[in-house]
Amino acid sequence: MAKNSLIGGSIWEAYSQKVQDLMNHPRNMGEITEEQAKKMGGKLVVADFGAESCGDAVRLYWVVDEKTDVILDAKFKSFGCGTAIASSDTMAELCKGKTVSEAVKITNIDVEHAMRDNDETPAVPPQKMHCSVMAYDVIKAAAASYKGVDASSFEDEIIVCECARVSLGTIKDVIKINDLKSVEEITNYTKAGAFCKSCIKPGGHEDREYYLVDILRDTRAEMEHAKLSALADAKVNGGGGVDFADMTVVQKFKEIEAVIDENIRPMLAMDGGNLEILDIKDSEKNTDVYIRYLGACSGCASGFSGTLYAIESILQDKVSPTIRVLPV
Amino acid sequence: MRIYLDNNATTIVDPKVFCEIEPFFCQMYGNPNSLHQFGSESHPALRVAMDRLYKGINANDDDDVVVTSCATESINWVIKGVYFDLILKGEKNHIITTEVEHPAVISSCKFLETLGAKVTYLKVDGNGVISAKDVENAITDKTALVSVMWANNETGMIFPIEEIGAICKEKGVLFHTDGVQAVGKIAVDVQKAGVDFMSFSAHKFHGPKGVGGLYIRAGKHLTSLLHGGEHMGGLRSGTLNVAGIVGMGKAMELAVENLDFEKNSVQRLRDKLEDAILKIPEVMVVGTKKQRVPNTILVSIKGIEGEAMLWDLNKNGIAASTGSACASEDLESNPVMEAIGAEADLAHTALRLSLSRFTTEEEIDIAIEQINKAVVRLRAISSTYAYAPSWHQSRL
Repeated sequence: MAKNSLIGGSIWEAYSQKVQDLMNHPRNMGEITEEQAKKMGGKLVVADFGAESCGDAVRLYWVVDEKTDVILDAKFKSFGCGTAIASSDTMAELCKGKTVSEAVKITNIDVEHAMRDNDETPAVPPQKMHCSVMAYDVIKAAAASYKGVDASSFEDEIIVCECARVSLGTIKDVIKINDLKSVEEITNYTKAGAFCKSCIKPGGHEDREYYLVDILRDTRAEMEHAKLSALADAKVNGGGGVDFADMTVVQKFKEIEAVIDENIRPMLAMDGGNLEILDIKDSEKNTDVYIRYLGACSGCASGFSGTLYAIESILQDKVSPTIRVLPV
Repeated sequence: MRIYLDNNATTIVDPKVFCEIEPFFCQMYGNPNSLHQFGSESHPALRVAMDRLYKGINANDDDDVVVTSCATESINWVIKGVYFDLILKGEKNHIITTEVEHPAVISSCKFLETLGAKVTYLKVDGNGVISAKDVENAITDKTALVSVMWANNETGMIFPIEEIGAICKEKGVLFHTDGVQAVGKIAVDVQKAGVDFMSFSAHKFHGPKGVGGLYIRAGKHLTSLLHGGEHMGGLRSGTLNVAGIVGMGKAMELAVENLDFEKNSVQRLRDKLEDAILKIPEVMVVGTKKQRVPNTILVSIKGIEGEAMLWDLNKNGIAASTGSACASEDLESNPVMEAIGAEADLAHTALRLSLSRFTTEEEIDIAIEQINKAVVRLRAISSTYAYAPSWHQSRL
């Protein structure tokens, strides 16, 4: 919240002049019959997308030259708000003169950019970006119908946020590369979730297959898993490149136990003694190793002075200077 | 020419109200609590205003009609006050309301749920109302408060407040009604209705914005939310909004005087508009005329999305409203349309037209013409009415 958001504005004030003009006078609104298509020398393609129950539904008509695949004419009919009407109209306009394969590459972002009055100012307010997504989907439906294939075959990646066209791959990558911990951070990095917000969590404007909250949770879990498995793969004993501080408790135990075995136990054994590790605890600066003396060492006064210092300095030298040894 | 058919959102300030409040800005601007003439000279007008408010809703002299800043404040006060008085202390933990209440009620209840209160949101029937029986069935020995609106802001449907009041009295449960859409449209009698609390707002009945009221029945305690200089008998602190109180008093007096006019003239114009709209094929009005406040129509026009309709009407000088998806921030469809179980494809087609005693017959005639024009244009664009060749398998 801040000065500009306290009073709020009308969403209509955020529409570009182009959007407003198209709402009033759509250029490509209408229908194409088979006879009309034949006269133009092309094949009629009809495709639908959306549903009235979602608040948006569009029907797209194409006349396609079957020899060249060029779209000779395009018209639309739309149930939807003014933005849906303007977006559908712009989409139909962009289709004209393109081949079907070229038209499939038109995205809702192209549609939105085409409706801008200038390069910097978005044509519609954020929550209305959603209305232009339908324009993109109906093109795929029309192309699928023309080519006799499934519409999903035009999609080579999973799109999580349709408004900003951000893929699952991209979202996972930014989480991993930038160590993101919140959905807000994902939105700041990718714009995913900045518009209609449906993709953030279930319960929004429409049901989605993927939600940012789930992707974040799963990706964080994957990262944890990867970190552990990297540690496991690294040669812990003998300092295979993993920092002592980054090790798991079990790995720390193994590392310390190995040094004790090699450098300390032989020394204690000469006096008929031994020790065992009871616990390892990380505090802010130190790793505390709790030990208990066994055999001749238990009850030996040196266990709390000279011997203790010797053990501690060996571990500090060979494992980590942060180690403190505490006899119990 | 601009035609205002959004009177359930707010109303024009009656010029007679404006005349009465004008002197309290630059002439009689004293603080009524001050001990000098500047302060005391506002007292007579304040007393008259309070008399008008009490009379307008038939409050007894030992009841409290506390002036607040708006109905949202009044509603928050009741719901959170009941939380402090009964729920926090562990005596009760349950509130009953309906799923079609104003956000002031719903959001306050949702907030209390985060604090551990239990809330029942009663479902409405196909006419958008609940029955008193529904309330009775939901009451438990842990129920602290029933909050049911007197009339719905979207549909104008009137709820059975008297019957609910009787049930609450019998069961010993506090009863609040959001009377915002009832005051000034139908007779509101807090004694007959048996309510313990009633919220209302001046700007919905031709008074100024920024002033509302809360009726509190004598003997019913409500913890204050605004502590301070002990204004309004210590119930609601804050320097008295002199102009607001004077204006709300006058607006209340005029509203009550005009109830017959609402019932006859406003309703006649509303019915004329409604009958004309019903001549359009495939439209549906929610609720019967008799069960509604006299000024409201909520109509669903098949094939036309609400915001698109508002756009066309606005372009031609007509102000209306819709709770539709695309006109709101969150893209959600009209919650009342969903609650009454309208077919899903109608949920985005709601258009609300609300008249006032200032609406003229000429305005209604123009509105009928413009609505028809918009329907023709938008249905020509609509995919609902689109041609499809016989071989096309529709997915719409």
